[in-house]
Amino acid sequence: MHQQSIDRREYNITAYTENQVGLLNRIAIIFSRRKINIESLNTSPSEVEGIHRFNIVVVETEEVVRKIARQIEKQVEVLKVYFNPNEDVIWQEMALYKVPTDVIAERALVERLLREHGARAVVIRKDYTVFETTGHREETDKLLTVLQPYGLIEFVRSARIAIIKDSLGFHHKLREFERTEPGPEVSENDYLNSRDKVFTM
Amino acid sequence: MYTKQQPQPAPTSPETAVATAEPATRTLSGAEATLHALLAEGVDTVFGYPGGAIIPIYDALYDFREQLNHVLVRHEQGGIHAAQGYARSSGKVGVVFATSGPGATNLVTGLADALIDSTPLVCITGQVFAHLLGTDAFQETDIINITTPITKWNHQVTDASEIPEALAKAFYIARSGRPGPVLIDITKNAQMQKAEFPPYQPCTHIRSYRPRPVVRPEYVAQAAALINQAKRPLVLWGQGILLGKAEQEFKRFIEKSGIPAAWTILGAGALPTGHPLNVGMLGMHGNYGPNVLTNECDVLIAIGMRFDDRVTGRLDKYAKQAQVVHLDIDPTEIDKNVKATVPVWGDCKETLPLLTQLVEARSYPEWRQRFLDHDAEEIAAVIQDELFPTSDELTMGEVIQQLNELTQGEAIIVTDVGQHQMVACRYAKLNHTRSNITSGGLGTMGFALPAAIGAKYGAPARTVVAVIGDGGIQMTIQELGTIMQTGVNVKILLLNNQFLGMVRQWQELFHDRRYSFVDIASPDYVTVARGYNIAGHRVDSRPELQTALREMLEHPGSFLLEVMVTKENNIFPMVPQGCGVGEIRLK
Repeated sequence: MHQQSIDRREYNITAYTENQVGLLNRIAIIFSRRKINIESLNTSPSEVEGIHRFNIVVVETEEVVRKIARQIEKQVEVLKVYFNPNEDVIWQEMALYKVPTDVIAERALVERLLREHGARAVVIRKDYTVFETTGHREETDKLLTVLQPYGLIEFVRSARIAIIKDSLGFHHKLREFERTEPGPEVSENDYLNSRDKVFTM
Repeated sequence: MYTKQQPQPAPTSPETAVATAEPATRTLSGAEATLHALLAEGVDTVFGYPGGAIIPIYDALYDFREQLNHVLVRHEQGGIHAAQGYARSSGKVGVVFATSGPGATNLVTGLADALIDSTPLVCITGQVFAHLLGTDAFQETDIINITTPITKWNHQVTDASEIPEALAKAFYIARSGRPGPVLIDITKNAQMQKAEFPPYQPCTHIRSYRPRPVVRPEYVAQAAALINQAKRPLVLWGQGILLGKAEQEFKRFIEKSGIPAAWTILGAGALPTGHPLNVGMLGMHGNYGPNVLTNECDVLIAIGMRFDDRVTGRLDKYAKQAQVVHLDIDPTEIDKNVKATVPVWGDCKETLPLLTQLVEARSYPEWRQRFLDHDAEEIAAVIQDELFPTSDELTMGEVIQQLNELTQGEAIIVTDVGQHQMVACRYAKLNHTRSNITSGGLGTMGFALPAAIGAKYGAPARTVVAVIGDGGIQMTIQELGTIMQTGVNVKILLLNNQFLGMVRQWQELFHDRRYSFVDIASPDYVTVARGYNIAGHRVDSRPELQTALREMLEHPGSFLLEVMVTKENNIFPMVPQGCGVGEIRLK
């Protein structure tokens, strides 16, 4: 595993699942058993009613991620798992920043900084103001650095959410899954499509 | 909350036909509904142990004594191993009852064993009242989270109305696809609660679960093309053949293709020991030929096996020259340890006939001769002395050899873990499938005695011989009580070398003979057996051996035969850890 470490990079794992108690643990232990750290985890309802979507970010080699994705897909309550490097997805993280209102009110500079970083005010109270910004890690980080000198009180960042660029969504797939004899399209044979490269006579 | 799935009735299934003839709904307690579900699933035997949180199910069981045979074990670990033995000998789902807390945690080893060895089980555990969950109630333990990594599926039921559907899913999941253990945890209130139950519906489809991959004919064709141009093909088969009930399909494939075939210990018996194309056992203590020639074959055809490290040795020295065809039902196994050139994904019951159709009828006389040559070397260096020793002391091998002569390969051999296991797997003659029951992946000492009890229930017409070492038997010796009470007829062949022999072997070979805590004392087993009203005999000399084995087999009930064998014998051949299969040592 050590010599492969140069190939490690961020992968976005997308899992479509049933909404079931205990499934989060079942998925999480697939990583922890292999001593793989989850960098970011988001779970929420998907575009299909009753189907949940996990977005998980790990830094690993493609081979490890492929094996993990299959292990996740093997779980009874998981319908489908995809994994993509960053270039294959559109992804965002949201961040909230709480700063003292008097400081930003006094210093126009801060207001300008917020505008420059695409932040917006969510709440403005006498004692504090909460700003929100959305973007890649570097973007939310940059605003954090910028706000630190102005008495930043609290900061929080959400997990990453990611949309797969070439995905057609899950509605038609789900219809296949609901059939008693699903066609090869959903029968976890996706990777067989790329076997031609591997097979040599 | 429990997501409602839509189990679709299978119109042709006999269970459904019975179910539809019943009245529309009936009022039952959750406990009664549990037992009705078991009967509808065709369960005839349950292994279990009662306790506070499962009393309602045991109370209902009192009225089902005629329909369900409940085997009272002495420890829940014994119960689950017995259920494993039952499942392995019968091909059916093994069922276990245990109470909450310690009852449930005692199942952990068996669940891990059943998961890694793909054994279909449904374990039903009692749980504290739903309103007490999370309060550290008496005998409360979070068994769902404890068993998540060691079950194929698990689920907690807190309302009686969920019970039939949860059990229908449990049985479907346990037995379909790659089988495995399922645990259903039922809170006490759900067992006691009365509810209206519609007729039982078996589960035949879960939308998020696809147990049977769709077979792609183009890969079968590619596999056949690869096999047809091979000069030195080798088949490795595993338990998948047995689990897929594809022994006949496998035999036809082997006999048409003419390819020599070697087995993993869980695959043993799928092709009879004496079959001319059966070239022996794979792995660390497997036969010399199949190990060495794995690294000389040009096409390796792996069927229903998972390239365990005990089979492959060092992976970067494993079959690097070979193109690999891998038939497996579990997509996670393909490319997991060994890259497949052609993956034939599917149930081997389905894929093997397709492959048989496309492969040419061949024989490989020169290639097969290589196996025979290596066999001759192994016989000279190892087997002759092991099976027909000239020393004074008895060897484990000669005990198995003598047993073979008496059983003629007709018995079910259940083994524990360690040296005796390797000897039994190497030398036991097996004429039939489902005749070798052992703890393979997990290597669970203490498995054999309870598993043999279960195996006998699963195959009552067959002779069951449990081959156990002096270490393993002391781990679950309490199950002699189960034998005493039930009168189940199990032959216990105890091979006593007065050591934890396998660890001692490693300490001798790799740790300068520093025998650290392997010198294990034994009680007088024959006296212990007598205490349980089980007949027994102890032998330590060659002239007595065969008579004693015959006495054991002919005895009308259970029998414990303790054979004192040589203390410091080593199992060879051996692929030392960290070595490739080509580096297998004969001494």
